[in-house]
Amino acid sequence: MLGSGILNGLAVTAKNFLGSFHDPARLVTVEYPEQHTPVPEAYRNFPFLVSESADDPLGTLRCVSCLTCEKECPPQCIVIVRSKDKKPDATGKAQFYPTTFNIDTSVCMSCQICVEVCPFEAIKMDKVFAITATNRFTELLLNRDQLSKSNAYYHQIHPVEAAEVDARLAAERLAVEEKAKAAAAAKAAAVAKPPVSPPGATPAAAAEPQTPPATP
Amino acid sequence: MSAALANEAFLERAPLELRDTLVHLLPAPLQWLGHHILTIVAVLAVFGLFFAFTTVAERKLLGRLQNRLGPNRAGLPQLSILPFHIRHKLFGLTQPFADAIKSLTKEDIVPAAADKTLHFLAPVVVVAFALMTFAVLPFGRLLIPVELDAALLYFFAAGAGSELAIFMAGWSSRNKYALLAAMRALAQLISYELPLILSVVPVVLATGSLSTVVIVASQGAWSFGLWPHWFVFTPWGFTGFIIFLIATLAETNRSPFDLPEAESELIAGHLTEYSGFKYALFFMAEYFGLTALSGLGVTLFLGGWQAPAPCLEFIPSYLWFMAKLVGILVFFIWIRGTLLRLRIDQLTRLSWQFLVPLALLNVGNAAFWVLTAHWSGPLYALRWALSIALVVIPFLLLGRSLSAGFAPRTYRYAS
Repeated sequence: MLGSGILNGLAVTAKNFLGSFHDPARLVTVEYPEQHTPVPEAYRNFPFLVSESADDPLGTLRCVSCLTCEKECPPQCIVIVRSKDKKPDATGKAQFYPTTFNIDTSVCMSCQICVEVCPFEAIKMDKVFAITATNRFTELLLNRDQLSKSNAYYHQIHPVEAAEVDARLAAERLAVEEKAKAAAAAKAAAVAKPPVSPPGATPAAAAEPQTPPATP
Repeated sequence: MSAALANEAFLERAPLELRDTLVHLLPAPLQWLGHHILTIVAVLAVFGLFFAFTTVAERKLLGRLQNRLGPNRAGLPQLSILPFHIRHKLFGLTQPFADAIKSLTKEDIVPAAADKTLHFLAPVVVVAFALMTFAVLPFGRLLIPVELDAALLYFFAAGAGSELAIFMAGWSSRNKYALLAAMRALAQLISYELPLILSVVPVVLATGSLSTVVIVASQGAWSFGLWPHWFVFTPWGFTGFIIFLIATLAETNRSPFDLPEAESELIAGHLTEYSGFKYALFFMAEYFGLTALSGLGVTLFLGGWQAPAPCLEFIPSYLWFMAKLVGILVFFIWIRGTLLRLRIDQLTRLSWQFLVPLALLNVGNAAFWVLTAHWSGPLYALRWALSIALVVIPFLLLGRSLSAGFAPRTYRYAS
């Protein structure tokens, strides 16, 4: 009959109207600034610097200022100034550190190339997507203090990936330690002298786990 | 007047008492002027606010019909003269005022080639004509701005003026899109003027009067104290009401007949060259026209200010009128949230091949109803049966011919 389709349509919209008051499936709006939908784990945007400890973020940066990421960055938004002196890193080994590490987020295109080239697992992708500022020349240029975030934070935003990274780092340190031990043993056997232990100091420190790797 | 007034309930006569009190503050020779100005101001204030809240209600309802929230953010601004700031968003109810300020502060661009006078005049005229129609609507038992004997005639004469204004807008913009759209709008408005007026004729036949007051008064009875004698509850009245609603949608450029503006397809039809407050005036006129036509529908078919049952008469009549008006407007919003826009050929086809014949037959139906008013007993049942048959059979036949070759439609990929 002519008009029955209109009546069906009216019934559909009436159901939508009533359902929007009690059925969450019929009212999917998320009122954004107040409410957020969870960002998927695979989401990544803008890099940050991983530091081992949340208490002393700048002192325990994994970055040794090798400048690889600065050179690889396609839009050249990273500026690093390497330190003149060396400081012990998280494992106790003396390393250079960045005195300046700036990322211009107005230029950064979140390509993740810095993360892929970093040999020290020191720079990782963040999950922030709403960096806002009133002045694009100063506030969007993130410096070392703003960029350094703890490993615990990394575990929080990318748990699976962070666990893998921690396991890899622990394995590497273990390998270094064993190699040093073997070298020391070989030296001791060959020279048969009381062993001198400066190289052994580092592996001993590395044996202590900094953050327990989360088991996935 | 005042003696009759004293017998009424307080709430019923309160608006008139207020008006008379204010008028008596003026010197005697100016009282007639004060009387009319107060009436105009009251209509403007009430229906201006009504328009404002119709827009926000429309947006919120449409949102809910489409699984959205609708506007809910406009709260109150922080005013430096006030020591406090109400942070509540007030459910977005202040949205129309924010919109008004926005359109007032926008730049008013007049095209260099436009006819400046007509371009300025068109929005003014369209609002004026839309407002003029309010003059003859009985808003309550005692509330009618102007009591005319030929009120219906006046209503349609004033309402037709807005078509002139639409063409004025299209012509004076000196823009081919605006002009073509104005012509399309005219084609639509004239096509639907006919079923609109034909759907009203049965009411005039049944009451024998063009006066809205008489028409409302003749619907003021109840069978068994429950069944109101509104015209919508007769076969011809129901048909007339449906045709009236469809024609009203088309006359006021509302979805599914919003081809003249068609915001998703055209630039803005005849409003292409309008911006700022002039555009808002067209928008306002559209809603005033819609409200006035809905008010006429309430008056003619839904018993006007009459209460649906005698036991509900303690509620003032103007509240009943407004309640019915709101009901019709909500139904229109519901329609807008449901139906798709028609094509221009479908639109005119619906009018000339379906609504006009049906409305013409409906006039005959009403004549039959009036002629058989004295039938009683089994003849009374026959009267109803014949009258219903006069509606249903043409509807089915016309509907079959209208949808021949189209329905039932099979969907290959959907469903």
